Amino acid sequence: MQLALEVGQTAKPEAVMFWILGPMAVVAALGMLLVKKAVHSAILMAFVMVVLAIFYIAQDAVFLGIVQVVVYTGAVMMLFLFILMLVGVDTSDSLTETIAGLRPIAITAAVGFGGLMVALLGRATLGRQAVGLSGANANGNVEGIAFALFSTYVFPFEVVSALLITAAMGAMVLAHSQRTTARPTQRQLSINRFRGKSLGSAAGLPGPGVYARHNAVDVPALLPDGTPAPTSVNASLEARGDMLDYKSFDLAEVNTQIEEEK
Amino acid sequence: MDASNYLYISALLFTIGAVGVVVRRNAIVVFMCIELMLNAANLSFVTFSRINGNLDGQVMAFFTMVVAACEVVVGLAIIVTIYRSRRSASVDDASLLKR
Repeated sequence: MQLALEVGQTAKPEAVMFWILGPMAVVAALGMLLVKKAVHSAILMAFVMVVLAIFYIAQDAVFLGIVQVVVYTGAVMMLFLFILMLVGVDTSDSLTETIAGLRPIAITAAVGFGGLMVALLGRATLGRQAVGLSGANANGNVEGIAFALFSTYVFPFEVVSALLITAAMGAMVLAHSQRTTARPTQRQLSINRFRGKSLGSAAGLPGPGVYARHNAVDVPALLPDGTPAPTSVNASLEARGDMLDYKSFDLAEVNTQIEEEK
Repeated sequence: MDASNYLYISALLFTIGAVGVVVRRNAIVVFMCIELMLNAANLSFVTFSRINGNLDGQVMAFFTMVVAACEVVVGLAIIVTIYRSRRSASVDDASLLKR
């Protein structure tokens, strides 16, 4: 794919692509800092990564562009989303600053640093014309990278493989949690059920929605006397605040409501 | 438009990532900002590879991607471990050494 027609001067389609996608990437990256929910940050980050992949392909780095989509947008961002779901989507960031005056200092430092970087990188070419990759990519981009990787850079390549294995081991060690107490046996569980506070749970907890008006998981079951049984609803639903007030399912309450409607 | 425009956008993205690391409190968002900085550096590598006309920059960017993947795996495992013991993913809450 040769998008760079003139050496040093990018071709018109590339300029159009750059001036559409470039500002979008910068806006998405800024949005990453400003949005409150971490999930929205992750989506914006994935967008920036896809834009960068397009930039790579436009700059004759076809292999890196594909790897960017597969590894970054595919694997790394999905890992981020997975951990976000695990840690809790609701742990939204409070955007209030905890260290007094941190934000103005950070923004001032960022403007200075960004100005310095732009000024420096603008001079990085030293006025030379860009060579372009048509020569280096003559045998194909993948072949060229493979040749460099397995000849000049073969030792770093092997070191990186060791790093990958170490990282996998490290993640396994960090994520492993030792059991501090022995797993209760079937016998112990049975004894606990009958010797517990009440015999109500001896036959197991009631399922949600039994004899109630709806049989959804967040609706408590009705006991024979018409009162709702809050134990029938999963405790994590209650902790998350997804459960309706179980008193509104009391049969007496429902009956008076129906009477009023009549 | 010449190729150094990509360098400017890479500098901008790197700066935005640096601000995010300082300003945001959620450890996962801080981590994503670090990823943004690594990606910006990669864009510079690819652009320099094109300016200089050889593939060394692209190989460097490839190595950066591998290192970033390792970093994500270990870092997210640490975040999950901290969350398990402290029930929080905020970088401000892990301040036990201060007291």
